[in-house]
Amino acid sequence: MSFPASPEDTGRTPIPPVRRKGRVNRRVIPGFGLTMGFTLTYLTLLVLIPLAAVFLRSAGLGWEDFWKAVTARQAVHSYKVTFGVSALAALTNAIFGFIVAWALTRYRFYGRRLIDALVDLPFALPTAVAGIALTALYAQNGWIGQFFHQPAEGVERSAFVTWVGQFLWPLGIKTAFSLTGIYIALTFIGLPFVVRTLQPVLEDFDHEVEEAGASLGAGRLRVFLTVIIPSLIPSILTGFSLAFARAIGEYGSVIFISGNRPLDTEITPLVIVKALEDHNYPRATAVAVVMLLASFLLLLIVNVLQRWAESIGQARN
Amino acid sequence: MSIRAFNLHKTFGNYKALDDVSIEVPEGRLVSLLGPSGSGKTTVLRILAGLEFPDRNSGGVVEFHGDDVTNVPAGKRGVGFVFQHYALFKHMTVAKNISFGLRAKPRRERPSKEAIDARVKELLELVQLDGLGNRYPSELSGGQRQRVALARAIASQPRVLLLDEPFGALDAKVRKDLRRWLRLFQEEIKITTIFVTHDQEEALELADEVVIMNNARIAQVGPPQEVYDHPASPFVIEFLGNVNRFTSGVGGPSKAKATEGKGVLYVRPHDVDIQLDESPHEYALRSKIQHIFSAGNYARVTLKRLGYEEPFEAEISRARLRELDLKVGATVSVVFRHVRLFADDRFLESDVREDGRLVEVT
Repeated sequence: MSFPASPEDTGRTPIPPVRRKGRVNRRVIPGFGLTMGFTLTYLTLLVLIPLAAVFLRSAGLGWEDFWKAVTARQAVHSYKVTFGVSALAALTNAIFGFIVAWALTRYRFYGRRLIDALVDLPFALPTAVAGIALTALYAQNGWIGQFFHQPAEGVERSAFVTWVGQFLWPLGIKTAFSLTGIYIALTFIGLPFVVRTLQPVLEDFDHEVEEAGASLGAGRLRVFLTVIIPSLIPSILTGFSLAFARAIGEYGSVIFISGNRPLDTEITPLVIVKALEDHNYPRATAVAVVMLLASFLLLLIVNVLQRWAESIGQARN
Repeated sequence: MSIRAFNLHKTFGNYKALDDVSIEVPEGRLVSLLGPSGSGKTTVLRILAGLEFPDRNSGGVVEFHGDDVTNVPAGKRGVGFVFQHYALFKHMTVAKNISFGLRAKPRRERPSKEAIDARVKELLELVQLDGLGNRYPSELSGGQRQRVALARAIASQPRVLLLDEPFGALDAKVRKDLRRWLRLFQEEIKITTIFVTHDQEEALELADEVVIMNNARIAQVGPPQEVYDHPASPFVIEFLGNVNRFTSGVGGPSKAKATEGKGVLYVRPHDVDIQLDESPHEYALRSKIQHIFSAGNYARVTLKRLGYEEPFEAEISRARLRELDLKVGATVSVVFRHVRLFADDRFLESDVREDGRLVEVT
């Protein structure tokens, strides 16, 4: 077998290669360079540079002072409050937000749209307004707070409040100016994240799968627990991590309802603000660095968990 | 187990999905519910499965083996249901999917773990998926998923198997194989089976009996050969395969009366014969060839009668095509071997005599 040595030998004119300046674009979907460049620039300007500045600023302290600043008793206690209560609030939202999303997507009832719109309110409301409103409600004399707090000497409560109070007062729960208050505020602001994450997933949920479970003889609870919940876990985790992240960073609503007592109800963002007010920028940024790293780590863990949950069946294709 | 359902009515809002439907399926039969989309066939299947219930106070009854199961919930009917899109549990392995029904049984009826494993193994072999028990549904092909759905549906030994468009989502080749396989499978386990399809070829090839539905009602019931040869209405004849439809100017004097009103004459393309010579008998139609398409064993010839605009088709063998040496533009004589005549949707059984006249047989 012999091959023609050159195009001329074949008698055919070779197709001239298309000459273009620069490299030939072999991508079918255009715009990668442009959008990726934009993404990097945008993220650098808005996220990376400010965050780097936080690290730089705290680096001015020197290792020893940095360590002292971040391990101060007040700071350490505030981490516990912020991360602990945020996790609890996000967990609460994961459960109750799921129920809200479930009701909104699976049933058609009068006023559904109104409730649907209400869910977004914690998004839109200035957090300070939320804080003031919650404080007014849950404080000792507030509409809800009065059910939990024994009235001061000489203050009269209505018969109904007194009746309910006989059960709740002895429990000694403080609904404002306490960790409970922080928990209430953080739950409030985190709710939409879970609901809005789950809603589209529930809308798309294949009813045939449920029917399959039912026709195979499984009861409703079994179908719910073994068919529906497992396929929603990735989205529930997403909602949880969003609500959690939001709660960690929350400042406005918490400072009104928490009482802000150091070593008790002080949240980390407040510790930072206080340091700033003392013009102690390095200390403020040092604590901020801890928050940043801890948040990043936690979100990373949730992300990995979520990937893992997704990989069970769903994302393998 | 035999199935009987009668007086089924179902409305969704203002939409009437079923209007007085009754069907009967003897034990061990393979029956197909055939109809265009929206004809109500899936609703019938879902009512039989207990996934949907007949309208209240409409008198609809579902009986399995003579027992009224109208109000028995889906899980207690002993029905295996295969969904159109399989509805497999994505987060469970194939084995877990198949054993779901067994594991969901109340404790005292539940087989031991070993018995469940053995049953899963047996089912995997039955549906020819040995060794794939640990895969997830997303790791399987469409045909394999379909068979997992089937294995899952029959794991608890249901008395009835219901399949909703079982081959709808598969490509043509897999579809054909799986169709044949299902037929053998059904013969092997002898389970009363009903499947829904909109594909007439599938229904005619697979089923012992075909129930044709249209507009929320049953149009005709019968064995495949019979519904094909003796369609009861214009809808059925049009739905079951290609057919030529003539509303004027065909046939001889004996059926002129019928075509004067809203008479419609149907001829299947394979009942159209093309002849070259000048009219062999007086009622042959002089027609001009518009187009010839030939692939495989048969050739499709599109013709137009002289003086008429509507085209019609003839299906002749390739050999016959060569023999006649047909060319586009040529004028030929056309004779019908077998026709069906309807007047105002009422059937008038008609046939063609030797001399080409149409005669009423009824």
